[in-house]
Amino acid sequence: MGKKVAKEVSIAVAEAVAQCNVDVISAYPITPQTHIVEHLSELVANGELDAEFVPVESEHAALSVCIGAAATGARVFTSTASQGLLLMYENLFIASNYRLPIVMVIANRSISGPISIWNDHSDVMTTRDAGWIQLFAENGQEAVDLIYQAYRIAEKCLLPVAVNLDGFTLTHVVEPIEFIDDELLKKYLPPLKMKYKLDPRNPITIGAIGIPEIYTESKKAQDEALKASYPVILRAWREFARLTGRKYNPVETYYMEDAEVALLIMGSLAETAMNAVDYLREKGKRVGLLRFRLWRPFPQREFIKAIGKVKALGVVDRAVSHCSTGGPVGIEVRSALYQSNKRPRVVNFIAGLSGRDVTVEDFVEMFERTYQALKEKPKAAYEIYGVKE
Amino acid sequence: MIEITVHGRGGQGAVTSAELMAVAAISEGKFAQAFPSFGPERRGAPVKAFARINDKPIRTREKIYKSDILVVLDPSLPKIIDIASGVKAGGVIILNTPLSEKEARKLLKGYQGRLALLDATKIAIEVLGLPITNTTMLGAFLRVTNLIDEEAMQEALKQRFGKLAEKNINALKRAIKEVKIYE
Repeated sequence: MGKKVAKEVSIAVAEAVAQCNVDVISAYPITPQTHIVEHLSELVANGELDAEFVPVESEHAALSVCIGAAATGARVFTSTASQGLLLMYENLFIASNYRLPIVMVIANRSISGPISIWNDHSDVMTTRDAGWIQLFAENGQEAVDLIYQAYRIAEKCLLPVAVNLDGFTLTHVVEPIEFIDDELLKKYLPPLKMKYKLDPRNPITIGAIGIPEIYTESKKAQDEALKASYPVILRAWREFARLTGRKYNPVETYYMEDAEVALLIMGSLAETAMNAVDYLREKGKRVGLLRFRLWRPFPQREFIKAIGKVKALGVVDRAVSHCSTGGPVGIEVRSALYQSNKRPRVVNFIAGLSGRDVTVEDFVEMFERTYQALKEKPKAAYEIYGVKE
Repeated sequence: MIEITVHGRGGQGAVTSAELMAVAAISEGKFAQAFPSFGPERRGAPVKAFARINDKPIRTREKIYKSDILVVLDPSLPKIIDIASGVKAGGVIILNTPLSEKEARKLLKGYQGRLALLDATKIAIEVLGLPITNTTMLGAFLRVTNLIDEEAMQEALKQRFGKLAEKNINALKRAIKEVKIYE
């Protein structure tokens, strides 16, 4: 341990998946996720990974294969992005209701139209209600660590986990990565043993019809299961920190202790935003930054605690929810605040759509605009930032 | 933090050379990022690849607009791209060209900053048998910038090219000897 190696993040993610000894991989290649499944198929073809790689005709089939394989007690992996995720859509809800511990990487990318292959969060934000555990990586190291953690969390909770990483902005970057060694991983991730699984010797039914007399109960049970995953996730992170020294929290904070104005963002652009915090702190401004690493289950308690005493909060969304009360994150944040006694002014920016660069200067500008909200209430519920007039 | 842009044409290995810079730097214990210009690329069309090298962890996801070091793999690119506008004050342009300093500066729209010239196409054809100049230009990069040890780069080339590494290392060594630097 301790040795950092240079890897393209996609390749590193594939290698972490291989380290987790997956049994079945089924995926359909789509930019910017392609390198992940390409590398996994290579590892299987070379005999370096003893797994079944099932090439399929579509993402719908890819997730179907994962659902079937996971139901037999196999450790499975798939990965997709954008249109591919949309093609999986109906199966997402099935995977979570059947309580299958599938791990999927979403290399976040915008949705057509217009046709686009670049990064934002509009793909994953359509799946907010699908009942998956949702994690967001900030950098390559985190992407790799989240893979290890995702399997442990998925298998302890019997729920599917999506690991989100920014397409291109993370997937296509070579950076230093530290893998955990296989022995340590064995301790962290014991073999998958499912109590209820498809087995011809002991037949059970998974996926029976939910007649009106039981559908509500099934949904309530699923909701309770996702809620119950929260402490399991925290334990998985505590244990990971104990083994590796790398700490993970549902909500990450940067200079929040005494912040009066803060921005909130998810994914890799938080790194750029930290530079804006540094710049403004040097000028004596009490600014801070929040980042959701955990998006589902929504980290209500940690979020309310993390905002401390901020008077104005700028939420930076990476997806549009047309003509609603905000961007997807903005809507949730306002709703979460309403359940607490805290009432900071909320300004909601939608930025970085389809790979539009968000620079340090942009974040400084968003901080300044959030400051203005202290004096004057924002006119609109949200604003698409940086539109060329 | 040092920021680098590699200009090339699709198929010339610009992305590979940026990656090799990062791989070699990281193997020396430095921090580095390498990334392509995101999106579809076409063989023959102008492309850019980028790298950042630092002594501390790199914490930014911004694109690179101006670089400390510009490496130009293809001699024809300055005719269609304003290369010099992408260099930071005090930066350097490393250009593959058979031209003299005077001619090269004229081609670079009167650029007056630090300049390094190498006829990398000639070396690549002689040593590799192909006009693919990325590894040759890495030799020029090593000599001009002193950012990475030659040994670390040789190791990165071995990892990347296996059997083909030797020829690439020979091209790299020739470039280190032959590159001309004009302050």
